[in-house]
Amino acid sequence: MNTKPVSNPEFAIEFRDVSYQIRAAHNGKNDTPVRNIVSNVSLKISQSETLVLLGRSGSGKTTLLRLINRMLLPSQGQVFVEGRATTDCDPIRLRRGIGYVIQEAGLFPHFSVAQNIALVPSLEKWEHARTAARVEELLRLVGLDPAEFAARKPRELSGGQRQRVGVARALAADPPILLMDEPFGALDPVTRAELQREFSALASRLKKTIVFVTHDIREALLLASRIALMEAGRLVAVAPPQAFLCNDHPEVQAFTNCLDQHKGAPQ
Amino acid sequence: MTPWNFFAEHRAEILSATLDHLTLVAIAMAFAIAIALPVGMFIVQHRKLSSITLGITSVFQTIPSLALFGFLIPIPFIGGIGRRTAIVALVLYALLPILRNTYVGLTGVDRSILEAAEAMGMTNSQILLRVRFPLALSVILAGIRTATVITIGVATIAAAIGAGGLGTFIFRGVAMVSDAVILAGAIPAALLAIAADALLGLIERRLKVA
Repeated sequence: MNTKPVSNPEFAIEFRDVSYQIRAAHNGKNDTPVRNIVSNVSLKISQSETLVLLGRSGSGKTTLLRLINRMLLPSQGQVFVEGRATTDCDPIRLRRGIGYVIQEAGLFPHFSVAQNIALVPSLEKWEHARTAARVEELLRLVGLDPAEFAARKPRELSGGQRQRVGVARALAADPPILLMDEPFGALDPVTRAELQREFSALASRLKKTIVFVTHDIREALLLASRIALMEAGRLVAVAPPQAFLCNDHPEVQAFTNCLDQHKGAPQ
Repeated sequence: MTPWNFFAEHRAEILSATLDHLTLVAIAMAFAIAIALPVGMFIVQHRKLSSITLGITSVFQTIPSLALFGFLIPIPFIGGIGRRTAIVALVLYALLPILRNTYVGLTGVDRSILEAAEAMGMTNSQILLRVRFPLALSVILAGIRTATVITIGVATIAAAIGAGGLGTFIFRGVAMVSDAVILAGAIPAALLAIAADALLGLIERRLKVA
């Protein structure tokens, strides 16, 4: 038996002392100083929990997300997905088993809504009938009428509709893990609130492990089973929403203060 | 002699020269596309080679066309007098617009689309062929359109090394100091360029996504 490091598969995702560095200057030499984007993060994410990575812009939360599906490889430490280190996984297979939703959805403009949703099934060479049935099922799941929307192109959708299609596309091959990078960040406040509510209901129904990146504390409180707060590449607090609000770390305070400010604002 | 009389008397000859000209351009464009498109795709995957490749093709553009035809004559296999040499020179001229537009089109795809494609588990070649290429198509076609118009013009000079085409009339007209004969080559060449530009422009607009 070889001695590949493993993690307890009871955790969907585990970060074990993970750092991610980039070279501060791009002069091609190897002696340039490195800069830590993520520093010594250890975090265990249980099956079917919704973990929200909260933090300011540039705090390293998107980098942490991209380490999960091997869009990035850790400079130090290891990331485990379903008990296996990502360095031991084929990146293509790994990514096809992990749903991914980004801001602005990143839909393919030359594909119809149905083709966009069917992307991973088509890469996995599903039969036509199975794919078609799955696309219809998913469109209903995200609240879009298949008859009306399946044939449309992304440019013929509103921002909110595009994001719904983005979620449907991520769920297409029924991956156990869903990564979401500020998926509702570019939407108007009314549509955002609507999608947040619906997504919260959807998440509790689907029982997927969800890692959700946001800089919006209210979104975090609404969706999270646990909130992980990042500051300058470090994990500074990990707690369920209620306990998170009581944490006295200054960065937690900085975020919770935004909530108070908002309450004080004229209605 | 008025241009009109010359046109009327030599219409069969002009027509055959026009067809020769078109053939010359079509063959050169076919080669140029067959070279520039794969090379463009390759340098998108190997970015370090992109500036040197684009640099080399730009150098060809800076050589005056008559000089390039002259340089090619003594080169074995590709050189000599006649059509083959002309086609080689025309291909070299057509490469840059196609290659540059292919590269710019393929690299200009929206970052979020590429990020999604990568995150969905598409391989590099799948991303290139199914995402980058279809989204770059109208930009690539714009390059082909520019190259075609340039090639139709430059191909008139190919008559200087005996490649035939509409340039024959232009060179003959210059030697005879006859506007009518020059125009018999120049007008059809201009009309060809305008027609090619309009036709390819139409296709380009059809292919535009998003």
